[in-house]
Amino acid sequence: MSHYLVLESRDCLESRDSKKMATLAEELVQAGHQVTVFLIQNGVLGARSGAVDFFWGEMADRGGEVLADEFSLRERGIPAQGLHPGVEPASLDRVIDLMASGCKVIWH
Amino acid sequence: MNSNLTLTFSLMDPPYENARSTTAFRLIEAALRKGFHVNVFAYEGAVALPFLQQRAHANAVHGRDVEQEEHPLPHQWVQSLMRLAEEKGLQLQWVNCGLCVDERGVDQAVSGVRRGTPGDLWQFAQQSVNTLIIPAS
Repeated sequence: MSHYLVLESRDCLESRDSKKMATLAEELVQAGHQVTVFLIQNGVLGARSGAVDFFWGEMADRGGEVLADEFSLRERGIPAQGLHPGVEPASLDRVIDLMASGCKVIWH
Repeated sequence: MNSNLTLTFSLMDPPYENARSTTAFRLIEAALRKGFHVNVFAYEGAVALPFLQQRAHANAVHGRDVEQEEHPLPHQWVQSLMRLAEEKGLQLQWVNCGLCVDERGVDQAVSGVRRGTPGDLWQFAQQSVNTLIIPAS
């Protein structure tokens, strides 16, 4: 079993590629891998509680982890309580820790 | 302190184009603050990030002079990261793709930046506990 770290930087409304990444992440979880999705830059926009297209829900329901960059949230005026349930704010240090632990890291 | 471990980052975006550059600088800083040695391989437009000839400018539209505008210069951010690494006794190796430098005429880089080839990225990856490629799109 591997641990995958997916850094999602794209706005879900700007590109449907984000949906494809979410599908990939979900399939990795289904295959028994550990997956952490770290939303960053405009990637955090899709994590707002009111967002219609929250792509990462099914992956999270199956045990995947969804984090949102605190800095990107602050830049966009999104408070922690305004996030979709299951999304946790996190500092960039988490990315460094996960990289150091040997995660397979994908930037999107 | 993780001073025997190295992380590698590969960047492709030119300065002033995309938030990915800012994120890359944040990642490099976070890695250094956590005590990791850092390798950077700059490819394509990213070789202009440490270009010394970047100049701050005034903003006539908003009526601000050079000091008031306080225009950010990425080469100064690279210098700051170099200083941070030195203060912490860590290595920050920054290699600019030589062909990309020549194509763009950005051969005056801040101290500590050297020319190289994609072979350096391969070597960096071999030496590192992990490598993050941040593509341009």
